[in-house]
Amino acid sequence: MALIDLANPTRFLALANRVLPWLAAATAIVLAYGLYRVAYAPDDYQQGATVKIMFLHVPSAWLAMMGWGLMTVAALGTLVWRHPLADVAVKAAAPIGAAFTFICLITGSLWGRPMWGTYWVWDARLTSVLVLFLLYLGMLALYWTADDPNRAARAAAILALVGAVNIPIIKFSVDWWNTLHQPASVVRMDGPAIDPTILVPLLVMALAFTLLFFTLHIAAMRNEILRRRVRSMRMMQAASA
Amino acid sequence: MISLGPHASFIVVAYLATVIVILGLTVWIVRDYAVQRRILGDLESRGIKRRSQREDQA
Repeated sequence: MALIDLANPTRFLALANRVLPWLAAATAIVLAYGLYRVAYAPDDYQQGATVKIMFLHVPSAWLAMMGWGLMTVAALGTLVWRHPLADVAVKAAAPIGAAFTFICLITGSLWGRPMWGTYWVWDARLTSVLVLFLLYLGMLALYWTADDPNRAARAAAILALVGAVNIPIIKFSVDWWNTLHQPASVVRMDGPAIDPTILVPLLVMALAFTLLFFTLHIAAMRNEILRRRVRSMRMMQAASA
Repeated sequence: MISLGPHASFIVVAYLATVIVILGLTVWIVRDYAVQRRILGDLESRGIKRRSQREDQA
């Protein structure tokens, strides 16, 4: 059996039904442990207790970019192999990626006000993340307004590939331009610049958010497969009437 | 007791906003699943089958 045969919608539904309860349970456990570690993490010597916002902001920022990365890989599946699950994956990831990008923007803004003295500044990092959020909204609008799912899939795949250009811009914006936003402090060539007492809770929260992302994504993919079945059955009903 | 310092309101609002967004997204996905299952069940109870189901029976 070819690998691609394993990725048919019926097999995916069976797999999703088996995996989702375990994934949801793992998310709840890791999230509970992460929040416990966050509650007892020490204050930052400069930022005080506002560092607690980082435990939401940084994982959301990572997942905002990972979500678009996932959509980009799936978009290749749509354009190159025309695999039906690829478009399902793109469509299901869009609202989840948009939600995490929104959380990233909101928490960043609420962290910026006490630390920078402003909720917003048009620097390269903040602006490129706002562009990512607008790209997600564009993707959602494309799916919600399209009459023909096949044309929507192709257009969405192209938008995903074009939007992928923004991901390295977000990542390296703090290096390429002079920004108010601080440079990378975790994913760096010479190792994290954060003390382990804060880094460990941050990584646990990042794992919890990642598990949450995949739980919601698999559940949303399952919904989308069922929605397409409903559409196909309604078309057959209309054709036979 | 955990002390959130002079900027407690910013921290609390950040956590509340995150909870609201994630809960909203989760409820939307769970409800969507229930809706699709109900519609699918309704169509199947009226004897409407997908093409692949018809092929399986043939």
